[in-house]
Amino acid sequence: MSDDAAFAEIRLSVPKTYKLFIGGAFPRSESGRTYQVTDASGKFLANAARGSRKDARDAVSAARKAFGGWAAATAYNRGQVIYRIAEMMEGRRAQFIDLLDSTGEQHPAADVDHAIDRIVHYAGWTDKLAAVFGGANPVAGPFFSFSVPEPTGVVAAVAPQQDSLLGLVSVIAPIITCGNTVVVIAAQRLPLAAIALAEVLATSDLPGGVVNILTGDPAEMAPHLAAHGDVNALDLTGTDGELRTSLERAAAGTVKRVYAPTGPDFARTPGTARLRAFLETKTVWHPTGPVSLGGAGGY
Amino acid sequence: MQLNDDPHSPGVRAATDWEYAPAPESAAIGRIRDRYQMFVGGQFVDGNGDDLETENPATAQALSLVSTASPKDVGTAVGHARDALDGSWSRLSGGQRGKYLFRIARGIAERARELAVVETLDNGKPIKESRDVDVPTAAAHFFYHAGWADKLAYAGSGPDPKALGVVGQVIPWNFPLLMAAWKIAPALAAGNTVVIKPAETTPLSILVLAEIIADAELPPGVVNIIPGDGTIGRALVEHPGIDKVAFTGSTEVGKQIQASLAGTGRRLTLELGGKAANIVFDDAPIDQAVEGIVNGIFFNQGHVCCAGSRLLVQESVAQEVIAKLLERISTLRLGDPMDKNTDIGAINSADQLARITSLTATGEQEGAVRWTSPCPVPDRGYFFPPTVFTSVSQSMRIAREEIFGPVLSVLTFRTPDEAIAKANNTPYGLSAGVWTEKGSRILGMAGALRAGVVWANTFNRFDPTAAFGGYKESGFGREGGRSGLAAYLATDDEGAF
Amino acid sequence: MSTAPAQRRATTAALPARLADAARDESSIRGFLHGLPGVDPVGVESRAAALATRSIKAGSKLRAIDLAISMVDLTTLEGSDTPGKVRSLAAKARRPDPLYPEIPAVAAVCVYPDMAGVAAAQLVGSGVGVASVATAFPAGRSSLAVKIAETRLAIDSGATEVDMVIDRGAFLAGDYGKVFDEICAIKQECGTTRLKVILETGELGTYDNVRRASWLALLAGGDFIKTSTGKITPAATLPVVHVMLQAVHDWHGITGQRRAVKPAGGIRNTKDALRYLVAVREVAGPEWLDPFLFRFGASSLLNDLLMQRRTQIEGHYSGPDYVTVD
Repeated sequence: MSDDAAFAEIRLSVPKTYKLFIGGAFPRSESGRTYQVTDASGKFLANAARGSRKDARDAVSAARKAFGGWAAATAYNRGQVIYRIAEMMEGRRAQFIDLLDSTGEQHPAADVDHAIDRIVHYAGWTDKLAAVFGGANPVAGPFFSFSVPEPTGVVAAVAPQQDSLLGLVSVIAPIITCGNTVVVIAAQRLPLAAIALAEVLATSDLPGGVVNILTGDPAEMAPHLAAHGDVNALDLTGTDGELRTSLERAAAGTVKRVYAPTGPDFARTPGTARLRAFLETKTVWHPTGPVSLGGAGGY
Repeated sequence: MQLNDDPHSPGVRAATDWEYAPAPESAAIGRIRDRYQMFVGGQFVDGNGDDLETENPATAQALSLVSTASPKDVGTAVGHARDALDGSWSRLSGGQRGKYLFRIARGIAERARELAVVETLDNGKPIKESRDVDVPTAAAHFFYHAGWADKLAYAGSGPDPKALGVVGQVIPWNFPLLMAAWKIAPALAAGNTVVIKPAETTPLSILVLAEIIADAELPPGVVNIIPGDGTIGRALVEHPGIDKVAFTGSTEVGKQIQASLAGTGRRLTLELGGKAANIVFDDAPIDQAVEGIVNGIFFNQGHVCCAGSRLLVQESVAQEVIAKLLERISTLRLGDPMDKNTDIGAINSADQLARITSLTATGEQEGAVRWTSPCPVPDRGYFFPPTVFTSVSQSMRIAREEIFGPVLSVLTFRTPDEAIAKANNTPYGLSAGVWTEKGSRILGMAGALRAGVVWANTFNRFDPTAAFGGYKESGFGREGGRSGLAAYLATDDEGAF
Repeated sequence: MSTAPAQRRATTAALPARLADAARDESSIRGFLHGLPGVDPVGVESRAAALATRSIKAGSKLRAIDLAISMVDLTTLEGSDTPGKVRSLAAKARRPDPLYPEIPAVAAVCVYPDMAGVAAAQLVGSGVGVASVATAFPAGRSSLAVKIAETRLAIDSGATEVDMVIDRGAFLAGDYGKVFDEICAIKQECGTTRLKVILETGELGTYDNVRRASWLALLAGGDFIKTSTGKITPAATLPVVHVMLQAVHDWHGITGQRRAVKPAGGIRNTKDALRYLVAVREVAGPEWLDPFLFRFGASSLLNDLLMQRRTQIEGHYSGPDYVTVD
């Protein structure tokens, strides 16, 4: 025992390599680039992958590939999968708090709790959307008409630059709740929580490609997403000023839906604007009424 | 006509020349005036733009003069709308607001025949359509939205929705009055005030609506109508005093508007072009499908963004369907839009006729087979006979671009998967049609088609209670139903608005 | 029914193979009828309603009224019918409006078989036909032998047209072969006398059945397909007749033969009649605007046509006292 103690060394920790999260896998940036993530005092924390235009393209491909299956999943199933994310986050609650603490965020514990609760909130939305935003249309004629909300498709999002976990979760959750898939660019200075969340997602039941997380410079990647022909909508929560304007302009090239709120307060209970922003309403008509020659629509 | 004397022998001298006599609606009912003025701040006033001459496209002759807005007038109109918003309108309870809309709905119904005539003279659409579709549906839109004004808390945009403010609206020429109703009614119901620009070639019916609005004693400035060309439309949507823009028109202009509003934080809804697939399966009710195909593409001369301009027919019944279709199309009566028996009226303008003519020319160049209805075509005015292209492939321009005329492109498919792939293979996504008697296939196709409206075993149905609007490059936002109302409401969301 | 296969062959021998095959046996008839495209009720009703908005004015209206008059099968099918009633009806048929001798005669007088002789005697040389219902009209609930005998009675009494009823019970039970064989048998009995096959659409329940029954009757050799006996509500309706007009139109497309259509029951005024003529013109085709190919089974319709004709000619509305009650 004492001999062992004599030879004992201080154990080196094994630091994590932070990578991108695309199609359920964790690739490095195809560009090979990284950037340094530091805490508030400037101390080195980790190297994060610096995503490129091609990484963004790969993420859109992965999101498109995942869209059909995720959109077609039953609302109940989507709700369960999303709820499972909350369960997994709860299990790593302490880790998330430490992470937020290390990067100097203001209310680590409250943010993590809010983030988990936000996921739970949206998990319960999946099977309410159709009833709340759709319904039967009492048209004036012998037709049954109904409107149903459907996912828009692939959404590209820029997560808030602060609130690196709660903001990110508040952006992602409503998008996937609707059945969309998402390519999200994490907070540039605070990407670590995003990659930790990716690890949660990878070990939850969420199909690969439903959520794709890029780290790096939004100003570098977002313009390619905004102009991308296979992206249906943009969530520009994490942008402002000239970048936001240029992204909105680029979005017009393919008539993308754009959600660009000002000053969101993620501590508040969310309303429904984020859900509605990424839902299409589809209206279906079919003749009804006369089932016999007597007319008069008698059944 | 000669009658066959003997009803018991084959009708060699049958009465085959029994033709309908002309049954023209009286143009006098339209009470078309020599000149119309803008409607701004509750007054009919002259604009500072040059007068425009609007034509009757069925005769290519001048119909009336209309005073137009100058860019400065746009500002004046927006100012009136702002004053009205800040003044009486925003202080009015929803219930009272709704009563104005009910009055307008009634006013439209009371002057329905006059409006139908004005619409047909100015637009060229058949009187039976303006009479049976455009005008009654416009009244219905006001009636429907009137009832929302005091029930906005139930509209699905949160418990305490607010008006967005001053709304700038630009509408097209294909349904001049109906589009005005689609735009104005929900905007007012939600508590906004409006500045609206009608299309250059069809300004008259909305100016009759202005009279109805004035007669309803709507507070001055709540609705302002400023005729003008595209530059006035641009000035309106880019005006900094506008809080929300709603546009119906071409995808090209829609993209320009979206780009011009980038970074302004102003809300936008767009209802743009389409290239709808009308899909006929082999188990379809064929005769009704043929009717639906005809209605889908020849309603309103095909000047319909949701027109079923691409017929996708299953190969196993293609021959039968196409034969029946051409036979049926041959019976369509093209001609004087004012004749109650006319099925297809005039193309709205010389420009549009030229566009249709040039796009259809590419169809032949690209190898499609062209068929033209043998119907007689009037020798004056802007007319284009019903045209069908067969042997069309997805790569041809006539299968991809919106022709906005009475031109149908016919493609075939073998399996449902192929039908879905071809139907969705377009940047547009406004509408689609499905014809089959198999219930599960109807619902399955309805789910698979990326289009805002899916008509199954019917086509081109519209109702104020049913949301209408596009996927993809056909635009965003809806008109009609609760989701249409949401386009005019701000919601308290994360404190975002 | 040992003769049925032979009758089938006789009836269908001249048809294109596709139709001859359809009538080969019970199961091929079923397969054919069930393979016909469905009819969407809302679609056909909205098409009928849209065509009903056609506006028929001026000279076109006058010509249409005369055409409609010439298409009337002036009908009395009552237990209370007497020779006197039938004679009076026949007189009206020959000269509908004594003041306007240029008005065409109606197409036929339609009576029960026991009155066919009375009608025939009155109509000799007039060009007006004698249509007799037969086959245990209106219910059709009797044996084939009785139906054949009744058909024979009608023809022997001078009927130039026979209006038979189909066995709706057999049709609704899916026993299409029985219905088909009965029509064939009656047609054979008729020889050259034209046969109208009453589908009694009001009992068939659906447009799909109307379409099937129409094709069945056409396959079996019916010269006319006729909606109704007039004893059942609903009788003729515009959308039902649309389906039947479409059937004869399509039949012509395949065979080149023009078969006739007769709506009966419930057509009481000129406006209705004109709507039918519009449907005939636009669904079947202008060639069907001929009393050989289209009839109205009606009684009170004729007087309304006459009144409206006077309105057109005299320039003011007419009244019921100015046309004869027969």
